[in-house]
Order: sequence, then structure tokens, then C-alpha cells
Amino acid sequence: MTYFPEEVVEHIFSFLPLHSDRNTVSLVCRVWYEVERLSRRAVFVGNCYAVRPERLVQRFPNVRTLTVKGKPHFADFNLVPPDWGGYAGPWIDAAARSCMGLEELRMKRMVVLDENLELLARSFPRFKALVLISCEGFSTDGLAAIASHCKLLRELDLQENDVDDHGPRWLSCFPDSCTSLVSLNFACIKGEVNPGALERLVARSPNLRSLRLNRSVSVDTLSKILVRTPNLEDLGTGNLTDESESYLRLSSALEKCKMLRSLSGFWDASPICVPFIYPLCHHLTGLNLSYTPTLDYSDLTKMISRCVKLQRLWVLDCISDKGLQVVASSCKDLQELRVFPSDFYVAGYSVVTEEGLVAISSGCPKLSSLLYFCHQMTNEALITVAKNCPNFIRFRLCILEPKKPDAITNQPLDEGFGAIVRECKGLRRLSISGLLTDKVFMDIGKYGKQLEMLSIAFAGDSDKGMMHVMNGCKNLRKLEIRDSPFSDVALLGNVAKYETMRSLWMSGCNVTLKGCQVLATKMPMLNVEIMNELDESSEMEENHGDPSRVDKLYVYRTTAGARNDAPDFVKIL
Amino acid sequence: MGEAAEGSKTLHNWMGEPRPGDQDDEDKTLQLSLGLPGGGGGGGWTTPGREKGNHSVAGSSMLSLGYSNAAPFSPCSQGKAKGSPAASTGHALASTHNASQTRSPNAPVIGWPPVRTFRRNLATSSRASLDHQKGKMAAKPEEATKRAPFVKINMDGIPIGRKIDLNALDCYENLSLAVDKLFRGLHAAQQDPLAAGTRECPQESVAISGLLDGTGEYTLVYEDYEGDRVLVGDVPWGMFVSSVKRLRVLKTSDLSSSVSTSSQHPAYADPAFRFLTSHNPCS
Repeated sequence: MTYFPEEVVEHIFSFLPLHSDRNTVSLVCRVWYEVERLSRRAVFVGNCYAVRPERLVQRFPNVRTLTVKGKPHFADFNLVPPDWGGYAGPWIDAAARSCMGLEELRMKRMVVLDENLELLARSFPRFKALVLISCEGFSTDGLAAIASHCKLLRELDLQENDVDDHGPRWLSCFPDSCTSLVSLNFACIKGEVNPGALERLVARSPNLRSLRLNRSVSVDTLSKILVRTPNLEDLGTGNLTDESESYLRLSSALEKCKMLRSLSGFWDASPICVPFIYPLCHHLTGLNLSYTPTLDYSDLTKMISRCVKLQRLWVLDCISDKGLQVVASSCKDLQELRVFPSDFYVAGYSVVTEEGLVAISSGCPKLSSLLYFCHQMTNEALITVAKNCPNFIRFRLCILEPKKPDAITNQPLDEGFGAIVRECKGLRRLSISGLLTDKVFMDIGKYGKQLEMLSIAFAGDSDKGMMHVMNGCKNLRKLEIRDSPFSDVALLGNVAKYETMRSLWMSGCNVTLKGCQVLATKMPMLNVEIMNELDESSEMEENHGDPSRVDKLYVYRTTAGARNDAPDFVKIL
Repeated sequence: MGEAAEGSKTLHNWMGEPRPGDQDDEDKTLQLSLGLPGGGGGGGWTTPGREKGNHSVAGSSMLSLGYSNAAPFSPCSQGKAKGSPAASTGHALASTHNASQTRSPNAPVIGWPPVRTFRRNLATSSRASLDHQKGKMAAKPEEATKRAPFVKINMDGIPIGRKIDLNALDCYENLSLAVDKLFRGLHAAQQDPLAAGTRECPQESVAISGLLDGTGEYTLVYEDYEGDRVLVGDVPWGMFVSSVKRLRVLKTSDLSSSVSTSSQHPAYADPAFRFLTSHNPCS
């Protein structure tokens, strides 16, 4: 085997789809390492601080697709202080120096500055796709740079970023010669866009398959655009608040989009718009109504009951248990469901309980991915759900009131979640809530053999809880814990485990500075970051040697050593 | 869970008549907040403002409606509840998160529920935009719960009006049924004066139907607080309940010629559509 010419080895490697497989073959021998690294086209960096960007681009100079993730997941809920880090700059700088062939950059939870986007736009002549998810730090000026200079741009996908609005100019920066767009998503842009510029851009983009507009785009503009995009597969509408006449035009435009399979947006949707969507419903496989607190149970179910091929549904809890029963009886192919909490007061209909979930589980046996916010849950319901849907890969249940017990028996929900981990043998991601004792962790450790990510909040009685997880979940990669009674004992109970994981987050727990220092000393290949709430003095030195509790702890394996961009409030042990 | 029960009692008081002054100050974990919506202050999932040095500890003037971290082992989250928004007085955020169904209006928990910031702001900004679009001032949420649930309802041709409890109903269909129930007998009596005074054979009287979709002899309209007359059925039920001042059951033929019962566009079969028939449907 070692006498094969390198071209043959490289060709064989091209059949390995998984990063992990390619990582493995590169360990076999020097030759394979070299062949693999020079032919690697896609690199995934799950934690931007786990490896130095310079090192990475030197190893893989021919990479075409780079994916980097920054802040820990709990940053989404404001648990990570601002200015913590996760800067895109060093990555784009390094790539600009060493990877001229870069075509795609995907970043999640990173701080991206306009100057980074400008450098990106100018450095890679074949750049095709920019995907930014939950990022911040840039403005529409940065987007203008991308639009102006990336001549081959196919994909500009901005998902839930916090973007400073500097006016509508950016959209007009796509030159007339730019005709290559396949996917454009600017739903998170807060400001207005120039409707004329948008229409002209769409008109010269014959390959456009996915278009997600922002709230400022009117029904009229949407109608005009849709006439130009008969091959559109995925649409995010603008606002749907217009006068009735506009909907007639919209309706006839929509009728021409025979390929439309996925729908989102519905910003400020007035119920008037609902019937105009009916003709599309039969073909839809994806529907996101979770930005629309203005549609109530009755509007939602009228739409959803017609979506018989639906595979992915995101809604607000205004849909209510009754509405979920309609989903269960209509959408037999449903694979993913997300029910988000709404603050919008709709009399009597905003309550989603265990009944809705049970109905879904019995009507939709293909369900594999769930995110469910509800007001109450019972063990019996969870046991039923587990039996009905043994195919769960992602199961995230958030009972809105912390530590709430079984709504009927007042018992902890250990049994229910235990049933989930026991029955769903392929479970990879789990978020638990409600009143939970150490017992649930026993089950998670015993049965969660495929579990890769676990989120814990307000749960457990003692260190034993966390120890069950650390010792039992062989494939655990990310563990995030908040407000649970785990102390240094649990933190230090299985230190070798952290080398096999991407990261650990603990906030509001009982770990102390001393415990963290012990961990840092024992495991030099980990970065142990602690963040304490700043008080008036805002000096970490004052707390030095103080055996007080650590507010926030973030531990991750790294080959890069301590990072040099940490702010004052982060102490790396 | 004693705290939850106590919270529940307090919450009911708050829902009926906000009386923060009457709170039991001894119970430091109870906090009721009158804060402005948006920025995470809404509905109780308060997110931390980065107000360093401004600790809103339990018992301070900042009271936050939300989920408490009642766990005794995590004093940190309670003590450092910086989630209270800067505006200390303001309007109660009535039931913006179904407070009547929850039972713990305690200290705000940072980052709970685990929902991204833009979703927290969605409800208030969406409602504001919809109200603005309809030319109304954004309804103050506290008024939504203060408005009298019983509204007057009059029917054309019937001199005596009725009162209807909208809070006891939960959707437009049930409203239509309730109206039918209220007026059917009276309506029948008006049609046939000889039957007036007898209460026999109620099932022989004709049901009042088609109130919501323009197909019946009568149509349901309402007057809102701005004095406008609006067809019933346009807006989400909850919004309707909070803006309706009185109801009227009008003869369909008396409405403007814009209301018709036939149409070519299938969408018009939907009750929400009947007022669109003034425009030419495209086919």
C-alpha cells in the first residue's frame, strides 16, 4: 500500500467524506500525512481557540472551504460577557496569506469586523460563499465590500447576525456583472433595502434558488421579485402587512414558483395573507412561522393542515396543544419540530404543554429533532413520547419554569428523561429541564452512549450527577451546565475526559478558583478560562487567592496554548 | 414547592390589581417588575443589562416579573440579577408570557429561558408594528387586562341589547355561536310577534349564522376604542378582545356594497377575506 503513487492515494482519500476519517488517515505515516494535507479541501474548526490559524493554513494550504466556530453555545443567551473573544480577524488574515484558493467561509458565533470582510473580499479571487451565523461586529459597509469585490459570489447567507445598519447602499454594490447568485439571505438586516436595486439584482440572477428577505421588503416588491424567480426553492418573505390588493398580485406570482419547497419570514404577518399561501402548502417541506406572533392558532392551523409533506416546522407556542394536534394529524412526514415561546398574549392559546408533544409523537413517528418550549411536562408524557419516537437524534425540552416537577404527580422528571435516553439509542443531543435529581444523570450516563452534546440547567442534587455523565457518555463532546450543584469534586473527577471533549461550560455552579487551578495544573493541554461578574473594583487581582466561587468556567482542549486576545475579565489559568 | 405557591398567590394579585407596595417585603425572592418591554425586559425573561455596579438585588425598587432562580445553592444568580432594565417605573407587562398560567413571578433569571435576544423582542415589536400599521396607538399591555370583559352587543331591529363576556370565549367561532344563542330567541320574537311571550319550541327558531363571513343575513361588526367600526375577524383573537368596545350585529344588506357573498378566488372562501370582495379578484 505504501508503494502506491501519491496521486492514487490522493484519489482514494477523495472518497472519504468525513473530516474524522481524513484526520485518521493522516496519522498513518508521513507520506499519507503529506498527501492528505495537500489535498484537503474542507476544514472544520469547532473551537476557534483550539488551534492557531497560522498553523492550520500552513498545514492545509489548498483548503477551499473553511468553517470556524467561536463563542460557546450559551453566548446565545447572553451568558458570555461581551468582548469575550471569538475574533474572525486572525483567521481571515492567515487565510489571506496562505490559502489563495479559498472559496467558502462559514463562521458561527464569531466577531467579524468590517475590515475583516474587506480583506476577505479582496484576498480570494475565487471566493464564492460567505455564511455567517449568530455573528456580530460588522455593518452593512462590510457587506458592501463583499458585494463589490467578490465577482463569483454564489452565496451570501446571513443568519441571525447582529449587523449595524449603515443604510441600503450595500445591496446596490453588487455590480451589473454579478449574475452568479444562487443563495441570498439578508433576513437579519434591520434597515431598509432599495427595492429597485433588489429587483434588478434578482432579475440578473438566473440561478437564484434561495432568497430570504428582511422585514423592510413589502408585499409589492416581493411580488415583483417572484415573477423573476420561477425556480426558487426557498423563500423568506418580507413583511406581510400590506393592503389586500397586493396579495392578489402576490398570489399569482407565487403560483409560478412551482419549485418552492421551503417558506419562512412572515414578518408581522397579518392573517389576511394566510389564504394566499394555501396553494403552496401542498408542496412545502419546510415552514418557519416562528417570527410571527401575530398569527394565532386558527390561522396557523389553517395553513399547516394543508402542508401534508412538511418535514421541518418552526412555530411559536401560540399554536397551542390544539394546534399541535392538527400538526400531528396533517404532517405525517415531520422530522423536525421547534416550538418557541412567545410573549405575545393571545387569550388562552399560548399554552403548550405535554399534551401537544404527546400528540405530535403519536402522529409523527419520523420525528428525529425536537426543540420544545412548554409550560409543563409529565413523566407519563415523556415515556409515551419515547416509545412513539425512538428515532430522536436531537431532543431539547425546555420547561419554562426552572425546576418545575411533573405537573400531575409533582415528582421529578427523572423517569421521563430516562425513558428518552433509554429508548432513543441514536440520541446525539439532549437538553433537559424541569425538576431533576441525580437519578436522571445515572440514566444519561448509562444509556447515552451516542450523546455528543448535553445541556443541563437547574438540575441535579450532587456531584454524583455530573460524574455519571462524565464517566458514562463515551462520545460526549460538549457539556454545558448552568445553575446546578456541581463542585470541584465533579470538575476534577475525570480530568482525562476533557481531552476527549471539545469543551465544558459551567456557570452558576459551585466550582471554586482553587478547583480550577488544580485542573489547569493537571491538564496543561486545556485552557481553563474563568469569568467572574465584575464588581465596582473590576480588578481580578483583588479576588486572587480568594477561594470564592467561580461564576463562569469555560474549559477546552487546545494545541494553541493560552490565547492572547482575552479581555480583562477572563482569566486563563 | 412553597415558593412557587406563594408566587402564584402574589401573581394573581398582580394580575388583578397591580399593588407592588403590598408585597411582602420579607420574602426577598419575590420580585415583581414594572419594566419597559424590549431589550429583554419583556415578559419576564429579563436579560442582563451591562450595568456594572448596578446590582438589582431582591427587594430593590426594580421588580422583575420572571422566572426565579430559586435554587439556594446558587446565590450568585439571584444576588447579581442585573437583568432589570434601566427604566424603573413604567407599565406592567401584563401576561406577556401567559403569567396567569405560570406560577413563579420571582427574581429574573439571566439567560432564561434559553432564547436568543431577537426572539425576546419579537413579540413587542411585532405587535407595535401591527398596531401602527392599523393606525392605532400600541395598546398598553396593562390595559389589555383592565378592559371590561363584558361588552355590549346590539342587533339590528332588536331594541334590547345584551352583554357578552369575551373572556369566557376563546375564538371567533365561539363568539358567533354565543351571539346566535343570545339573540336567536329575541330575533324570532321580532319576526313573529305572536310568538313573543312564549318560550316553547326554541328549536323551531332559525339560527343566526354566517355572521363572520358575509354569507348570513347579519354580519358581526365592532367598535373599537378609537370609534372606528370594524368587521369582526381580522385580527388575532387576543388583540380583538383588547381593542373591542362594543359589538353590533348588522344586517348584511346594510353594510356597504363592498361585502358580497360570491367570489372567484378560492381564498375568499376564508372568513378573513370577505371584505376583500370589493376588489376585482384576479383569475
